Amino acid sequence: MNASLGIFFVLAAVAVAGAVSLILQRHPIHCALSLIVVMVALAGLYLLLGAEFVAAVQIIVYGGAIMVLFVFVIMLLNAGEEERTNFSKIAAYAGIPMAVAVAGLIAAAIARSSLPPAQATTVLTSTKSLSMLLFREFVYPFELTSFLILVAILGAIVLAQREGN
Amino acid sequence: MVPTNYYLILSAVLFGLGIVAFIFKRNIITIFMAIELMLNAVNLAFVAFSQAFGKSDGEVFVLFVILVAAAEAAVGLGIIILTARNRRSLNVERVNLLKL
Repeated sequence: MNASLGIFFVLAAVAVAGAVSLILQRHPIHCALSLIVVMVALAGLYLLLGAEFVAAVQIIVYGGAIMVLFVFVIMLLNAGEEERTNFSKIAAYAGIPMAVAVAGLIAAAIARSSLPPAQATTVLTSTKSLSMLLFREFVYPFELTSFLILVAILGAIVLAQREGN
Repeated sequence: MVPTNYYLILSAVLFGLGIVAFIFKRNIITIFMAIELMLNAVNLAFVAFSQAFGKSDGEVFVLFVILVAAAEAAVGLGIIILTARNRRSLNVERVNLLKL
């Protein structure tokens, strides 16, 4: 077993453990911390794949901005432990088998396919070709995302302001 | 080197766990986190494919997914704050205004 395979299995185990912890925890703040563990493990996997710019964006935007927003809302609403209600029978008897079936179908389709192994490219060419693509072929979608962000900011302000002002 | 299939299987497993969390959780904030987990699982598949075929297109899509997730988080959490203020609860089963 070579080194990169070992690192992959360690990071994959951390990511899956974080996701399972997200399901099992009762308090929202513990769920948020579990999700941060998953995101950091995924950033490590991106580094292993040689996508270091995506790894940095993952840490800064997901681990930093989005999760801070989540923790801030949990704090603002003073969210306590979630109450156990008698959840619907459909979720118990149809939902879990369906989720297992979806994951199993995807995994079976992947296992039968033959793909070239993920090759970590050299660090410089990866980010360079990424920026070339982003600012040449995908420049119009890239500009459109700025409008999307602007609309999202306005929407968030309109939604969150107090009524009557 | 790590085979691409391993990354894709990990991505499928994380997506399945995201679906399970989405079904099981009752807290509206935690359900939102399950959606983020599923988006992350798809991002991993994008990057794995992009490296497997030696093209950067997949990584560009990952950047767009992260951008949309950021916008979604801003608007979604605004809606969550509004819902919590009106219903005085974060439990999704108490948000049943449209139920007959």
